[in-house]
Amino acid sequence: MDTDQLIQTLAADNENRARPVGFALMLALLAAAPVSLLIFFAELGVRPDVMTAMHNPFFDLKFAVTLALAISATAVSLHLSRPETSLRGFGWWLLIPAGILVAGISGEMMMPQRAPMMTRLVGSNSKACMAAIPAISLPLLAGALYGLRQGAPARPAIAGAVAGMMSAGLAATLYASHCTDDSPLFVATWYTIATALVTAIGALMGARVLRY
Amino acid sequence: MREREDEWTGLMRSAISGDSAAYHRLLKAVTPVLRAAARRGLARAGQPVDQSEDIVQDILLAVHLKRHTWDTSAPFAPWLFAIARNKLIDALRRRGRRIFVNVDDFAEILPGEVAEPTASASEVAAQLQALPARQRDVLQSIAVDSASIKDTAAKLSMTEGAVRVALHRGLASLTAKLREQ
Repeated sequence: MDTDQLIQTLAADNENRARPVGFALMLALLAAAPVSLLIFFAELGVRPDVMTAMHNPFFDLKFAVTLALAISATAVSLHLSRPETSLRGFGWWLLIPAGILVAGISGEMMMPQRAPMMTRLVGSNSKACMAAIPAISLPLLAGALYGLRQGAPARPAIAGAVAGMMSAGLAATLYASHCTDDSPLFVATWYTIATALVTAIGALMGARVLRY
Repeated sequence: MREREDEWTGLMRSAISGDSAAYHRLLKAVTPVLRAAARRGLARAGQPVDQSEDIVQDILLAVHLKRHTWDTSAPFAPWLFAIARNKLIDALRRRGRRIFVNVDDFAEILPGEVAEPTASASEVAAQLQALPARQRDVLQSIAVDSASIKDTAAKLSMTEGAVRVALHRGLASLTAKLREQ
């Protein structure tokens, strides 16, 4: 097939255009969400004292951090799905959740505490946290990568890593409602390790599946 | 050069809103620029420039399948050159070379430089043979026999809708095969 013939063929296919990447991503996440919800409710469930916990600002702060991560990573993912873009000028979005966390830690430091710092940091659910967040996020990550395949990222590994952050943020939002450790120090340690793991998996998978 | 790029942006906007003739004109207009850049990249990597047409076709397929990622309010050229650069790097890497490809390589090309004859490409043609029969027949009919979608539908006893679907799927699987080779 010579190039003129190819061009003629492409022009004949002009009517067939894919939907925007954001739309594909949303559909894929909606399809993956039931699997993650099933894992969460079958294995963990919301903590029994959730109604009282909601009055604890540090319980609520967990959601601010995880949702900020999910939202900013989604925005950055969509940005990176275009071929001419890079993290430059946009990467700072990913620092928002870290900023909220730092503010939370300083807030907690200023309050009188019953438990010493190390006890709060180590908590009682660290292993569950590091297992549950990746487990809940994997279906979401698979969905996110499937949706983002509609895009054309210049750096597939980086796009995959950000997709990992997005799914870890969503998974951590669910997990936060189960976990009884509310200290920002606990969140900063164990949620971060779990998120880093999912981010690495996302980078490895993205490098393979997000090439166009 | 500025005018040329503004013209491309205008043509692509018309294409997106359904004007296939504008789309055809746009692809015709960008091809010599892509070809010159591919030749330059190959030459710099010490590769035979006669492979440039495979790279050009690879870029055109990617432009086609990813054009929904172009922001219609942005100029078209930076988007096009980003895709072209990506595909050129891919092609050179596949041939065992890593080379820095500058985006300016594309922007710098002057109209006078680009009067190259259409060379033949082998990769797309080879992968075409590996497609499912229906997709291959539709692509053959439209590309090689220059048949319209309507004529192709009549010839292959398919509906026009089925021809359109087979055409698009054929182009998508062709691109996937080129990527995996």
